[in-house]
Amino acid sequence: MSAALFIDILLWGSVIGVGLIAFRRGRPVFVASLREGAMDFVNIVPRIALGVIGSGYIAAIIPQEVITGWLGPDSGWLGVTAAVVAGAATPGGPVIGFSIGAVALKSGGGVPQVVAYVVAWALFAFQRVILWEIPFMPARFVWFRCAVSVPFPFLAAAIAAVIGKP
Amino acid sequence: MSDPSPKNPAEDTESEPRPGRARKPIGWSTIFIAVLVAVSAALVWRRDGTDGVLDILTHDLSLFSGILPRVLAGCLLGAFISEILPHEKVSRSLGPKSGLMGLLIGTAFGAILPGGPFTVYPVGSALLAVGADFGAVIAMVVSWTLIGYGRAVAWEIPIMGTDFTLWRILISLPLPVLAGALGRFVYVRLYRKLPTKDDET
Repeated sequence: MSAALFIDILLWGSVIGVGLIAFRRGRPVFVASLREGAMDFVNIVPRIALGVIGSGYIAAIIPQEVITGWLGPDSGWLGVTAAVVAGAATPGGPVIGFSIGAVALKSGGGVPQVVAYVVAWALFAFQRVILWEIPFMPARFVWFRCAVSVPFPFLAAAIAAVIGKP
Repeated sequence: MSDPSPKNPAEDTESEPRPGRARKPIGWSTIFIAVLVAVSAALVWRRDGTDGVLDILTHDLSLFSGILPRVLAGCLLGAFISEILPHEKVSRSLGPKSGLMGLLIGTAFGAILPGGPFTVYPVGSALLAVGADFGAVIAMVVSWTLIGYGRAVAWEIPIMGTDFTLWRILISLPLPVLAGALGRFVYVRLYRKLPTKDDET
């Protein structure tokens, strides 16, 4: 996929860019940060392995239809709340999250509800929070960030309801 | 750029020990996920047999091997960034006193950061370690997740369509700054570690 390649090039380009800056600050700085990054990598890999390799099983036992059902044409704030919970509870990666959103949109789900779902999934998908965010960030930050983000799927749904369909 | 301090930033980065990003031992979240995975795999095995389990395993292994180099890139990016950014500059432009500008910088940074979760979280953690406050990093993380182009280009546009994606991003534009501002507002009142004389942020 060319988008993935594009992102890889940008990613490694950035690494090389900041690496060069570090190198120009002197060899010790460069070597120290190289070692630091490598240690982070070694420490994080077991957890990432568990999550990525295990996520297929989690996704396989939570059928997408269950979550799509929560996004039905049931309008109103109750529907939005259900969509937010569904977004947080969706297992697996972006393919699953967006596919559920797309299915809901096609099968008559309300637009504010689908927006609330996609935004809530982006903010809270439990698997990403547990597998990626907590291993890398201070746990206190992660919980704080999640708590503070709670109003925003609702706000997004409200904006969507006001400005109308795409 | 109007910094009257005579400090030499190069010397600063050399002499100051990096505030540690404590490496966590295997914590409860890992155990929770391990149990979840084990239970799910057992259920898949009961439903689809050994073949079902192996199918998912091979698929996820190939996914994992594809992600691995990117995780390395993310870790290196975080380590280099925390090493080359001078603390005083970061805490001035992304610290608790950075105001709306700090939230906007965090938002812009999150929006342009390449890569995925393997980039944004190590970099966010690095920024916290060198003087950014919760508000600015919240703006960055929320911005990456809601308006970052990486996931939109790779996944959302192909699956949800260009119209929906652009429209959804438009709706999301104000959210990172608002989330960061709310974070700052709550943080100051919750932890009360900061002098609050000019807390108009």
